[in-house]
Amino acid sequence: MSASAQVGAEAPKGFLRRYIFSTDHKVIGLQYLFLALVAVTLGIVLSLLMRFHLVWPAAHLPFVSGGIMTPEQYLALVTMHGTIMVFFVLTTAPQSAFGNYFLPIQIGAPDMAFPRLNMLSFWLTLAAFVCMVAAFMVPGGAPISGWTAYPPLSGLGDVTGPGEGIGQTMWIVSILLFCFGSLLGSINFISTTIDMRAPGLTLMRMPLTVWAWFVTAILSLLAFGVLLAGGILLFLDRSAGTSFFLPAGLVVNGELQVRAGGSPLLWQHLFWFFGHPEVYIAILPGMGVASHVLANFSRKPVFGYRAMVFALGAIGFLGFLVWGHHMFVSGMNPYSSLTFSVLTMSIGVPSAIKTFNWLGTLWGGKIQFHPPMLFAIGFVSFFVTGGLSGIFLAQPAVDTMLHATYYVVAHFHIVMGVAAIFGIFTAAYYWYPKMFGRMMDETLGKLHFWLTFAGSYCIFMPMHFVGIEGGVRRYADSSGATYLGALQPLHHFMTIAAFATAAAQLIFFYNFFWSLKRGRKAPANPWSATTLEWVTASPPPVDNFDGRFPSVYRGPYDYSVPGASQDFLPQNVPPEEGALANQEASNAR
Amino acid sequence: MPGNVATETLQLNGAGGGADGGAPSGNGGQGSGPSGAASVPQRTYVTGMTIALAGILMFFAALVSAYVVRRGFPNSDWQALEVPRILWLNTLILLASSFALARSRRRLLAGDDDGFRHWWGVTAILGLFFLAGQLVAWRQLVVSGVYLATNPSSSFFYVFTGAHGLHLLGGIIGLLAVAFRPLLRLARSTAVDVVSMYWHFMDGLWLFLFVFLLVGS
Repeated sequence: MSASAQVGAEAPKGFLRRYIFSTDHKVIGLQYLFLALVAVTLGIVLSLLMRFHLVWPAAHLPFVSGGIMTPEQYLALVTMHGTIMVFFVLTTAPQSAFGNYFLPIQIGAPDMAFPRLNMLSFWLTLAAFVCMVAAFMVPGGAPISGWTAYPPLSGLGDVTGPGEGIGQTMWIVSILLFCFGSLLGSINFISTTIDMRAPGLTLMRMPLTVWAWFVTAILSLLAFGVLLAGGILLFLDRSAGTSFFLPAGLVVNGELQVRAGGSPLLWQHLFWFFGHPEVYIAILPGMGVASHVLANFSRKPVFGYRAMVFALGAIGFLGFLVWGHHMFVSGMNPYSSLTFSVLTMSIGVPSAIKTFNWLGTLWGGKIQFHPPMLFAIGFVSFFVTGGLSGIFLAQPAVDTMLHATYYVVAHFHIVMGVAAIFGIFTAAYYWYPKMFGRMMDETLGKLHFWLTFAGSYCIFMPMHFVGIEGGVRRYADSSGATYLGALQPLHHFMTIAAFATAAAQLIFFYNFFWSLKRGRKAPANPWSATTLEWVTASPPPVDNFDGRFPSVYRGPYDYSVPGASQDFLPQNVPPEEGALANQEASNAR
Repeated sequence: MPGNVATETLQLNGAGGGADGGAPSGNGGQGSGPSGAASVPQRTYVTGMTIALAGILMFFAALVSAYVVRRGFPNSDWQALEVPRILWLNTLILLASSFALARSRRRLLAGDDDGFRHWWGVTAILGLFFLAGQLVAWRQLVVSGVYLATNPSSSFFYVFTGAHGLHLLGGIIGLLAVAFRPLLRLARSTAVDVVSMYWHFMDGLWLFLFVFLLVGS
């Protein structure tokens, strides 16, 4: 190979250029990962405060001004928990963190197409996070209008409540920054996938993770521009006195607002045109990782690879046509509701294709229950559970009754929250050896899985029943209402489960940081896997392949190929060497 | 901060004619800028710009659909906005700038560097004239008492022209960057292609927005 003349690349000298202002996609991926870890910790703490308040509403809390939490403070927790989790965890970790780290390696490229743009994406996202968290510390505190920021509540300033002044403004500025970061990131992901693939790596040889990140990036590109536009209009409504989303004749706290006939519904359309694809931005990378890991630890090719690719594309495409199902109770035309309902249920088709193909991949495999495999199976479980309640909610008649209840909270937490988090854990356990050069502890990993798996179901299954019984979401304290008071024992149970599940995450954090120093040294390919990230060292050198860039000769999931001398053939093994693959594998460092 | 970044000095094996059929880098020596060989094929910049334009299109599509919906409200308080006349002149100027840019690119392809620079400069100056004209239009509206918050029609007018103006300003910065700044990893022909794509897109986008503003008035 001519690469012998040009061996590898030097890492930049100096701590700042190497670890802080780095343009290396691996460092940026880790930066995103640690940002997501900070964000998820904060998000969990906020949710625990909410769960605590729901059960012990009269408790004195040391850090709450006045001692007892007010309903507005509870709504601020709702808003910030949702926003931080959706944007800075579920969007940041699966796509920006793992995608950044592994997409270039899996396609055999030295870096993203536009490394400095990549760095800019991260710093915009970090600025957005700082701006969002700072909203807690401004006069009035954090906004109370939810992660969807519906006007008129969000559009009028502090007349509508504490936190709707500076806090809501900072929320919008943060979201606008996040939009810019995500748009730049998606340009990078798409360009890299189109133009930087190794020779021989045709589209239909790409790992399903790469496909998932690619489709997700397209969704980001098309969705975040719309949120950006909506956010700017909302910002103008608040700060420049325009009336894009504010109707005439609004009376807030006894004051008539001087606005002319805008439409709050317009915001809902713009927001959910972004908001629904955003749900898929959170879950699609998890689907990719789950497919990847299920094949690896079943020692079988992914069942129906092509169908998986087309299902990803179909889910992404349909995701843009169903935003109205978030608005069934908004007063929208019932005929539109019918259209959105039918389109929504049609997403069940590609989702079912994916589910059955996951099961087909497992079927008859020599299954190895390593922690990443457990989490991948857990992902499938939560995806099915959450997806099924989605089909109920897709029907306007049912949704009208359930929309403002905990049923919806249970649905989206399971399918978008827990399933996506399980995707993140799958990726973390699977790629940890590659990222840090050490193995995580298996026993702790399995313990973490079982506690999290059981705990998450304990939190969110009862929530369905609370919702069906009419438990209203967003109420800070429902113990006073007679018909809701009967549900308090369930709330107690969910709160205890939430604290227990949160405590179980400490196992993960301990394992994560302990293994950094003390974990067993990881070989290049600890899972006997086939894709290109496993043909390079753990952790990979600066240019990923030390100057020896691979060519690709086969599909991504050549496990248990008949006639081969070992049960996996890496993508860079030429056909004629298939039989000699044993030797090749031992040569690969 | 020119080029001490690792990725810029790093080279794929393809540039030297790799035995394994060439790595993704297809640019040969064409892209060697001052900071060494490029690690990214030049077509990637065209790909990147195409994708960026798709994102920008979605942004403006959202604004325009908000405009259409807002204007379609029954019994609304929409007051038609008299579009300032100078917008017609501005539109002509922007169209002319696109022709100048096309001419500049043809000069470059013909190997006429002076002609390229001349028409490239003309494009930038016409772009600046367009922006100045837009500011004059804003000024005229303000003088006649039409502000951002006066009426939904004026709100949308300012948002459309403002958002487009900011994007065009980015185009002018791009034009100036190609003219004056040493390019790091882009070959000049690629840079010219990418900036031209962006500029023509902004031109077409303006025509699109202008039609909507006219229909709304």
